[in-house]
Amino acid sequence: MSVQMTKGVAAAPIAATPSPSAKSRRSVFIRRPFFTAALLVAVAYVLAAIFAPHVAPFDPVKQDFNVMMKAPSVVHWMGTDSYGQDILSRVIFGARYALIIGIFSVMIGAVGGLVIGLAAGLSGGWAEWGLMRLIDAILALPSLILAVAFIAILGQGVDKVVIAVGLSMIGPFARTVRSDVMQVRVQLFIEAAQLMSISYLRVVVRHVLPNVIFPLAVQVTIRVSEAILVSSSLSFLGIGVTPPTPDWGLMISEGRDFVSFAPWMSAMPGFALALLLIALSIVGDGVREEFDPKLGKES
Amino acid sequence: MLFKALGKIAQTCVVLFVVSVASFGLLKLAPGDPIQIMLGSEYSQESYDSLRSELGLDQPFLVQYADWAIQFVQGNWGTSYVARAEIFTYAFKEALPVTLTLASFSLVFAILVGVPLGVLSAIKKDTIFDAGSAVLALTGTAFPSFLLGILLIWFFAVKLQLFPVMGYVSPWENFWLGIYHMILPGLTLSTYFIAMITRLTRATLIEVLEQPYIAAARARGEPNWRVVWVHGVRNIAMPLVTILGLQLGVLLQGTVLTETVFNLPGVGQMLTSAVLGREYLVVQAGVMMTAVLFIGVNLLVDLSYPFLDPRLRTSK
Repeated sequence: MSVQMTKGVAAAPIAATPSPSAKSRRSVFIRRPFFTAALLVAVAYVLAAIFAPHVAPFDPVKQDFNVMMKAPSVVHWMGTDSYGQDILSRVIFGARYALIIGIFSVMIGAVGGLVIGLAAGLSGGWAEWGLMRLIDAILALPSLILAVAFIAILGQGVDKVVIAVGLSMIGPFARTVRSDVMQVRVQLFIEAAQLMSISYLRVVVRHVLPNVIFPLAVQVTIRVSEAILVSSSLSFLGIGVTPPTPDWGLMISEGRDFVSFAPWMSAMPGFALALLLIALSIVGDGVREEFDPKLGKES
Repeated sequence: MLFKALGKIAQTCVVLFVVSVASFGLLKLAPGDPIQIMLGSEYSQESYDSLRSELGLDQPFLVQYADWAIQFVQGNWGTSYVARAEIFTYAFKEALPVTLTLASFSLVFAILVGVPLGVLSAIKKDTIFDAGSAVLALTGTAFPSFLLGILLIWFFAVKLQLFPVMGYVSPWENFWLGIYHMILPGLTLSTYFIAMITRLTRATLIEVLEQPYIAAARARGEPNWRVVWVHGVRNIAMPLVTILGLQLGVLLQGTVLTETVFNLPGVGQMLTSAVLGREYLVVQAGVMMTAVLFIGVNLLVDLSYPFLDPRLRTSK
């Protein structure tokens, strides 16, 4: 399908567009309406997170026992929870925590995966074999269970969740980095650089790394949603972020006990989380299909 | 082929070894001195030292690991103070069967729903049905399972009162009541897999249906249902088994969340309460069980390829 689309774009009159870069950038958004819509949703979340104090109608942790568990109304658009806190404000501030935890933990995972993956891909021999078994061992545990184990050692809190989720994501990153390194390692330009007696470190930094960083960046955008899901799962289990932090997972968990008479307590933060995850996964798919060199060759 | 299989098994043993060292290290990294905790606030240096050597904590790391590994294989996993039980009984005999029952129920359900849906969207490619199932598949893979569970409880258990809100009845003791209690948790857990299997079946089947042997089958005048369901679907078994093996981790972490939503006494609940109660031995047991399960199933997947694909049976 995408092949036909690119042909269509190429056949379009070039005179109508001022510059080739502007044309291709615009065409991505027109070609992928779902991607554009999802991107707009994601951007809206980011804006809400940045400007949370200006957007939120109430203080997210202000308790008001006169308005406990009120259904959604004109004053409280998403209702209030069992402490009389405004759910809309908590959802908006929750976007901050979700995005901060998601982005920072993915960064930790990507850096850790880059180091192990590079080492495994470049070393060869027994060292490579050993590192690969280490990666296999990390991958034998699903990220949530691994994060639970790290939380058991580290304790609870926002910073601990970031570290635990980040460490638990090293495995998949390491695997993709290693396979990219394997592909680059045998390329002609690496051999040429080595024949020109450029130092090994310089070959790695100047010639291998740039070819690994880009696919890694694509992976990062795809895995942000996974990090957000794992971190909110930890909070939902009651072992992640501690109350009264306005974290979505925590809010869903608190509302669980009241689901029979105040379902909005769980549903509102839940839909906020679900919408963000769906938007991010559409954006991730789009980014992968546009930029992933492996997929690009096939289509 | 036998040589290859033995190589796989050896490799798996190494991975198991690495995992066991890591989860033993978990105990060492855990905050708090176990001897201080056992002795309480007042103790003499002598009693501290004697208990330390009694527990073998003055030995080198590798010796301690070997001791632990032997005990672990024999089923001496220590005692849980919160559950007031042997951890082996608590984790392996009580919690693990609950998790495995939920996981296998959901997986079977997901295959029974996902494969036909995928086949239908492959046959009706580029129709409204196909587009609809694509949207469902996308939503299904991205939707957080614990939210889905709460929504299902709210709608089916609270509003319609069709199903119990939570609780667990073992299907091995009371089959129909067990299944009845398993429907909502199973639905929650299988949604992701239905979506994934639908996508995978569709993509693979579309490719398979373009193969020459499908055209040959049609040319022989075989009925359409036979071409699709016998010649076509048989060939999606291998990618399906591969992906399901790799996605077992997702299934296991899904059970952790689903158990919490529906209050099922499985490994997930065990892990959560162990973290809150700082029972590192229980966390360790949970981590080991999950890893062994994942590694074991993926070994079985690897070893099953020659049975699924006759082309791989020739040994080279």
